[in-house]
Amino acid sequence: MAEAPDQRNLILILARAFASQLATAVYLLDSEGTIIYYNEAAERLVGRPFIEGMGAKAEDWMGRGRPLDEEGREVPIESLPLGRTMLKREAAYGVTMFRTADGEYRRIENVTFPLFAHTDDFVGVFALAWLQEENRR
Amino acid sequence: MKGRIWGSRGSIASPGQDTKRYGGNTSCIELRPPGGDVVILDAGTGIRELGVRLVREGAERMFLLLTHLHVDHLEGLGMFEPIWRPQTELHIWGPASPLASLRERIATYFSPPLFPVHLSEVPATIEYHDASEAEWEIDGARFASTAIIHPGPTVGYRIESGGRCVAYLTDHEPALGADLQHDASRWISGFGLAHRANLLIHDCQYTVEEYRGGRVGWGHSSTEQVADFARRAEVDRLMLFHHDPMHPDDLLDRMRDDVAERWGVDGDRTVLAAEGAELSV
Repeated sequence: MAEAPDQRNLILILARAFASQLATAVYLLDSEGTIIYYNEAAERLVGRPFIEGMGAKAEDWMGRGRPLDEEGREVPIESLPLGRTMLKREAAYGVTMFRTADGEYRRIENVTFPLFAHTDDFVGVFALAWLQEENRR
Repeated sequence: MKGRIWGSRGSIASPGQDTKRYGGNTSCIELRPPGGDVVILDAGTGIRELGVRLVREGAERMFLLLTHLHVDHLEGLGMFEPIWRPQTELHIWGPASPLASLRERIATYFSPPLFPVHLSEVPATIEYHDASEAEWEIDGARFASTAIIHPGPTVGYRIESGGRCVAYLTDHEPALGADLQHDASRWISGFGLAHRANLLIHDCQYTVEEYRGGRVGWGHSSTEQVADFARRAEVDRLMLFHHDPMHPDDLLDRMRDDVAERWGVDGDRTVLAAEGAELSV
């Protein structure tokens, strides 16, 4: 079709609208693994506002937080819930130590799940993250 | 492209004194690309009368594009005369669901207790095409469809022919997924279909007060939203469609004025879809 502008899949549009209303941190990735949106709660967690068009690949972006396991060992991106969901296109859960907005490492719980539009079209990943209770107090 | 409105009402057929000017039949539009084939947008009750005319013309091949399968967009199909003729070849595009094919979904309507005859007993040859995300060509005209915001699987259509373009997005609530005034266009449902269309036929079911007064999430647009959407999509002309069955003609006139004022363009660029009106794009 002539002059077809870039258009997000409807599932991503709805996921972003949903995430924008949540008090829980949410990251939205497209099928290539680029972070295309994160909400206000996620901005607070990472200490940076989301700017459309500045979307980094999740692996670069996550790497900046230098994720560690609970024994302090670095965790490769593909072993994180987000990486597992991107690679295997299945839901994942995990607890990881991340460097948050204040530069301190904190325990972050992650739940990630793939977004399938229509039948089997993988269009992205919806990732929830929150500080574990002891860190909130 | 030429065409004709056979039904412009939303939700339920609404014949009566108060709806005479814009009509009471539910969604159905006939389009004729230059090649002469018959393209039909939706199968609301308006398709019955179109079917009578097509049989009189001797048309045997036709293309039906369903936006979704809510009853006001499908209920006329059982009374569409061409499907009861074995020489008819009907191609139907429409959205499948994640769990059922388009044919299976249409067969739900052609089943007791909703309808006395099963789809398998229809004598016409019917081919089904999934329009969830697709592009195709009919008789030199290009068609595209994408999913748009409305409860359940729903698509909008863009039809291009001879350098002209019609976009058809009835039953659409883009404001549910985006701020229509400020968000980047890529985040606005239906934007890619409507962008710079010569004619955008769009849902305009509610006044602003009705929408805000309890109809958010019902899958339809207010006058304010359709004006914002038309401005963002930079369309030439806008046709307001899917009129609320409770809205008399005089209220529709006021809604049209409201859209034109909010859009901020010459009044003749905004029209109300009226049953029997001819289209020329």
